[in-house]
Amino acid sequence: MNINVNGKEVILEKEINIKELLILQKVEMPDYVTVQINEELIDQEKFELTTLKDNDAVEFLYFMGGGVYELFK
Amino acid sequence: MSFSNDQLERYSRHIILKEIGAKGQKKLLNGKVLIIGTGGLGAPAAMYLAAAGVGTIGLVDNDAVDLSNLQRQIIHQTKDVGKPKVISGAETINEMNPDVKVVTYQEWVNASNILDIIRDKDYDFIIDGTDNFPAKFLINDACVLSKKPFSHGGIIRFQGQTMTYLPGNGPCYRCVFLNPPPADAVPTCRQAGVLGVMGGIIGTIQATEALKYILGIGELLNSYLLTFNALTMEFRKVKLPVNTNCKVCSNKATMKELIDYEQAACDMKPSSQA
Repeated sequence: MNINVNGKEVILEKEINIKELLILQKVEMPDYVTVQINEELIDQEKFELTTLKDNDAVEFLYFMGGGVYELFK
Repeated sequence: MSFSNDQLERYSRHIILKEIGAKGQKKLLNGKVLIIGTGGLGAPAAMYLAAAGVGTIGLVDNDAVDLSNLQRQIIHQTKDVGKPKVISGAETINEMNPDVKVVTYQEWVNASNILDIIRDKDYDFIIDGTDNFPAKFLINDACVLSKKPFSHGGIIRFQGQTMTYLPGNGPCYRCVFLNPPPADAVPTCRQAGVLGVMGGIIGTIQATEALKYILGIGELLNSYLLTFNALTMEFRKVKLPVNTNCKVCSNKATMKELIDYEQAACDMKPSSQA
C-alpha cells in the first residue's frame, strides 16, 4: 500500500493507524503534531482509530516558534 | 497626496509595475503594518516594508539587542548591542526611508495590552515575528477577535513555515494548532539554533503578504501553510481546511477573552522575540 507523507511516497507493508505511522516515521513529538489526511484535520483522540488507506495524502504539521529554541521530550 | 520628485524616483520600480502604479504606491504610503517582535523574522520584514514605503510601521519588542542576535537580526548593528530593539529598529528604518513613520512599543504583548496596540494606529496588517507559542496564540486570538489579517511565521534550524489569516476567509492559526504546548508538560524547549537566513526567507515572505494585502493584489497564503526546508530547498504549500470546531474563529467559538498562556520552562527570558 502506498501513501504520501508530507509530499513523499511511503510504502506500507501492512495496514496501520496514524499512531503507528507517527512511530514509523520517527516523529519526535507525536503529542504536538497536527495530522491531516486528504485535507481533513484528524482529532488526536482518533489517531489510533484511523487506519490509513491506499493513496492517502498525510500531512504532519509541526509547531514552529521563532528561532533558537525548540520543543523536545 | 502627490509624489515629490524624490519619491517618484525612489519608488519608480514599484510605480512601473502595472499591478502597483502610482495608485498602489499611494496605498503603501498610507498603509500601516504592525510587526510584533523585531528579531529574526521581524527585522527583515520591517526593513523591506520600510524600503517599500509602507507609511506607518509599528514595532513591538521589550528586548535589548544581544551580540548573539546579530547573526540573523539584520536591522540591528554591532553598535546597537545593549540598546532596546525597538529603538535600534526605528533608527535603521529612519535612515533607510524618511517617508516611514515608526511607532515603537517597548513592551511584551499580553492579554491586556495587545488589543490597544493593534487599535492604536488601526493597523491594516499584523506580522507575527515572535518566537514563543504563548505570543503566537495571543496574536492569533487578538487578530481573530479584532478582525485583523495577520501573517504567522516560524523558523527553527533549517526549517521555516508561514501562513496568513484573513478574517472570514480560511482558517486561523488555532484551527491548525489547537493549543500551545502546556508549560508544565514533560516536553519543554531547548536551544536548537537556526540558520541566520531563515528569518530572512520567511520574514520576507511575511512582508510580501503584507504588501499584497495592502495593494489588494495576487493570492495570499490564507488556507495554506507554506513550509520551507533550506537543506533540500523544498517549498511546500499545504492546503489547510477550516476547523469547524475552532474555539476562536468558528461558529462554535467559545473564546471571548484573550488568554495569557505560560511559557514552557526554557532557559530563556519570559517572552523574547525571534
